[in-house]
Amino acid sequence: MAGTAVRGRLTWQVATVTAVTAETDSVRTIALDLPDWPGHRAGQHLDVRLTAEDGYNAERSYSIASADGEPVAITVERLDDGEVSPYLTRELRPGDQMEVRGPIGNWFTWGTHDGGPLLLIAGGSGVVPLRAILRHRERSGSSVPARLLYSSRTLADVIYRAELDQYGGSAEVRYTLTRSQPPGWGGFAGRVDDAMLARIAWPASQRPLAFICGPTPFVEAVAELLVARHYPVSRVKTERFGGA
Amino acid sequence: MTSPVSRGFHRLRRPTGAEAGKLPPGQHVTTDFPVLSAGPTPHTPLQEWTFSIRQGGQTLRSWTWPEFQGMPAETVTADIHCVTRWSKLGTVWRGVPVAALLDQVEHDAQYALAFSDGGYTTNLPVKDVSGGQAWLAFDYDGQPLAPEHGGPARLLVPHLYFWKSAKWVRGLELLGHDQPGFWENYGYHNYGDPWREQRYAGD
Repeated sequence: MAGTAVRGRLTWQVATVTAVTAETDSVRTIALDLPDWPGHRAGQHLDVRLTAEDGYNAERSYSIASADGEPVAITVERLDDGEVSPYLTRELRPGDQMEVRGPIGNWFTWGTHDGGPLLLIAGGSGVVPLRAILRHRERSGSSVPARLLYSSRTLADVIYRAELDQYGGSAEVRYTLTRSQPPGWGGFAGRVDDAMLARIAWPASQRPLAFICGPTPFVEAVAELLVARHYPVSRVKTERFGGA
Repeated sequence: MTSPVSRGFHRLRRPTGAEAGKLPPGQHVTTDFPVLSAGPTPHTPLQEWTFSIRQGGQTLRSWTWPEFQGMPAETVTADIHCVTRWSKLGTVWRGVPVAALLDQVEHDAQYALAFSDGGYTTNLPVKDVSGGQAWLAFDYDGQPLAPEHGGPARLLVPHLYFWKSAKWVRGLELLGHDQPGFWENYGYHNYGDPWREQRYAGD
């Protein structure tokens, strides 16, 4: 593994919200103005710190939704029993401030030198860092072949759908809907399984690089399927979320 | 720097009496048991499992699963703190004290690099895995440790952020010098004390 240069301390800086965009009923993309941002790589995350009037702090980590060189944005899914995500998705508006530090994490990242072919597999809001990877690939003019398999409950739960559908032939984007499918649905239905991967996963002989992000059971299942398809463990990068 | 107030943000939950004083800065309580791993979950058959203490390319001592299960185990109740900001209070484990394993080898090393199936490593000072602070845990909440949580056996070093509690651990490499492990090479803190909020390099 390549050691990464140790940077100085990651300091908190004030971020100002520039835009809040509804992606689905429960998901918002929050664009931030961060004057001192050092830049980030696709797939990294950041820490957010909110401060209440009484001085109470809450901190959370979120994947960065934007590509290298783009203004920082995060995409947040509302968890109804949460303390931070309901605020970020319901209350927050342009001009509001919060503190941010980052970027964090040098493992679940992709740059053009990392090559491919790329197999990106997302469950729910796990699509966020994979969207950053696809955007970076597109913006950098990379010719690395890329496929995204994106599992959502219903079509209405698909985040970034308009953007993902624009890739056309340059990156292959396929959806699977686990709970219900609209009439005439031409995508996959049900949970990601080996039959789906047989159609979308690059053969192991092509030395693909896989990124899987989603809830823990989803990531566990998909990673096992890829290992069974002879993907080397070192070429299967995972990021899981769970809990609050 | 004074933190700006995030307009309209309020605390929703106050820590309960049982939680007060148990949460390091920046952490919040979860009742789930989230998983953080860099890659696929390994599945090593118990017949092939060993735990080894190595130094300088030599294996000083190695235990098979039955030998390991024959060591005196302790029940440990501990609060665990993940660098991703969840803490889980009062978790109950069974494990063999790492000190009991280290006692069976002669060494004067000050550092250890834990190594795991799947290639994961993490570094710890030997003093942090000695004397009632670290266990080789094989049982969680009365059940054999599930693979996604590090089974068949993982380190349990609850006074440090939980990435130091290496899952699927297969041994310790004893070293005369400190050598960063996996997450430590990817920007995380070398030591990882949650009470000093040592999350990232430089904290």
